[in-house]
Amino acid sequence: MQKVYLDNNATTLVDPKVKEAMDPFFTQIYGNPNSLHDFGTEPHPYMRLAFDRMYKAIDAPDSSDILITSCATESNNMVLKGVYFDILRHGKRPQIIISPVEHPCVTNTARFLSELGVEVIQLPLNSDGIVDGQILKKYIDPNKTALVSIMWANNETGLIFPVKELARIAHDNGALFHTDAVQAIGKIPVDVRDADVDFLTFSAHKFHGPKGIGGIYIREGLRLTPLLHGGEQMGGKRAGTVNVPSLIGMGYAMELAAENLEFEQTEVKRLRDKLEDSIASIPDTMVIGKRELRTPNTILVSVKGVEGESMIWDLNKKGVAASTGSACASESLEPNPTFVAIGFDSELAHTGIRLSLSRFTTEQEIDYTIDVFKESVERLRKISSSY
Amino acid sequence: MGKNDLIGGALWEQYSDKVSARMDDPKYRGEITEAQAEAMGAKLIVADWGAEACGDAVRLYWAVEKGTNKILDARFKSFGCGTAIASSDVMAEMCIGKTVDEAVAITNIDVEHSLRDKDDIPAIPPQKMHCSVMAYDVIKKAASLYKGVDMASFEEEEIVCECARVSLRTIRDVIRINDLKTVEEITNYTKAGAFCKSCIKPGGHEKRKYYLVDILHDVRKEMEKEKMAEATETKDFKSMTVVQRLKKIESVLEAEIKPILAQDGGSLEVVDIKDEDGKTIVYINYLGACQGCPGAQTGTLMAIQQFLHEKVDESIIVEPV
Repeated sequence: MQKVYLDNNATTLVDPKVKEAMDPFFTQIYGNPNSLHDFGTEPHPYMRLAFDRMYKAIDAPDSSDILITSCATESNNMVLKGVYFDILRHGKRPQIIISPVEHPCVTNTARFLSELGVEVIQLPLNSDGIVDGQILKKYIDPNKTALVSIMWANNETGLIFPVKELARIAHDNGALFHTDAVQAIGKIPVDVRDADVDFLTFSAHKFHGPKGIGGIYIREGLRLTPLLHGGEQMGGKRAGTVNVPSLIGMGYAMELAAENLEFEQTEVKRLRDKLEDSIASIPDTMVIGKRELRTPNTILVSVKGVEGESMIWDLNKKGVAASTGSACASESLEPNPTFVAIGFDSELAHTGIRLSLSRFTTEQEIDYTIDVFKESVERLRKISSSY
Repeated sequence: MGKNDLIGGALWEQYSDKVSARMDDPKYRGEITEAQAEAMGAKLIVADWGAEACGDAVRLYWAVEKGTNKILDARFKSFGCGTAIASSDVMAEMCIGKTVDEAVAITNIDVEHSLRDKDDIPAIPPQKMHCSVMAYDVIKKAASLYKGVDMASFEEEEIVCECARVSLRTIRDVIRINDLKTVEEITNYTKAGAFCKSCIKPGGHEKRKYYLVDILHDVRKEMEKEKMAEATETKDFKSMTVVQRLKKIESVLEAEIKPILAQDGGSLEVVDIKDEDGKTIVYINYLGACQGCPGAQTGTLMAIQQFLHEKVDESIIVEPV
């Protein structure tokens, strides 16, 4: 049976070139980079190259820091908890602002901080399903807000948030600005200097790098209390022996992601649009979010009368991997906030199917998926009590 | 938690083969038309339960034989996940051949059991158990339509946990009898809250009328009150705390003595109590007509002390201040 992987917003395959680049660092160049001997210094030039590639990929000035973490969850925890230790807990600026569609590693960390007395504001979305400058201006408090944390692109819808504008508003009000760019890197241009953000989170496995490694950009001159205390690695700002093979892999994967941006915006987008148009031609389906506001690889579609988990069950039976953010298996039956913001009927809250492509997705795979998708909708609508 | 819980997300691996097979090819999907029911000499019943907005909706068709009340055929349609579809399919199958009254006795637990591959291994993971509840509810709806009665008439008790069908009364009894202190203990004793977990506390999968945390809190509070009352009832006066002794004395004064004093326009209040050489000295302050009444220092005082000796304890000495 053919297998088609269309869940690239969950994770991606490691680019074979990346895997090859990592390979020597398991059995040949394996020294601890903090050791004094040759084994220890041997990986240094390769690590330097990896950092050069990452700094270049997001246009980070050499004077800024990109700390290596274990994942985006760690990076986001470090920003929110670091800002708690440095600012929030002192009470002069006790408030943080987030969007209602952040990843759980932001929302749950914010909830934890609220138990410690931090005031957490969750912004509403506009009718496009994003946070715009108007909304942030309305809620930000020049005397209270310490940090605004808003994602660059949303994992479920692919909707892109205007981070440059949001960062400017945060700064105008004396607040710091953090963005979780996990879903943006490799899909759309990410430039920390142009966007003028203070902190930016990323994760290698979302752009064809290995799992278990991520990073955080910190603007020059900003202090951030570490999450992990220990040795002197990375200037004591993030202790723990650096995961050298994964760092090498992440650096290369990030360079390839930047090089492939053009391809992403043209070829991946072309295939995505083809799939999206075919699905949209099925009666009573609706794609969430304006196409021009979304990352070029993502489709979130509502299929009337078909529950999301049933749909991914059927797709999976035919080898197509997709996901549903609205599974009845999820903890809560509350509808996705983006659905609500866009003005969707609550009836459709459990019908969301997410398909996310990558630069490895082929046209043949898309053609196969189009057929499978139509068959599955037809079968499930026959069973459905509401179609 | 433990080793088996460290890799999450294996939801579908926990479905039995029967669940998968029914999901892939539900035998009783579809509908029964008026004409088909007519041809069978049956009455057509179409019952809807749930709503798409809640994530699950099911429609049940019955062809019920007139006179015998026997369900000759059943079909379903469902908007829901795999377990909802599989449960509905089994439920429809189980209805066929039963009378309406017999069908009402089918529970979600029966449905889940008949989906098992092996008797001792659940057919679906705990968080999916609530999907089978739909199958149970829609039967009651169909029966109520057929009989022209209210659905509530089939439910004898207030159900707190739909998945495990545990009633409010059972949960309250179990807490009392076994002196349970945590929700986990309630779950271990009754299975309530072991499945979709909605009934444990607000904010879960579904909104509920009752939550285990609240029931536990209320019952514990009741038990605590009863225990306190009982303690004060039976406890020996000398081993009571000062506050308990004060309350005890005041309750006797209130019930027995103040009404008598009030007949003459007088009253009293306890100012303090003090322990001295095994005696409890109760300092009182006369109020109203008792103030300045000569008897208050002699006969009345003796009578009050006597009363307290009889009703409370021999060690009491009453001193006016």
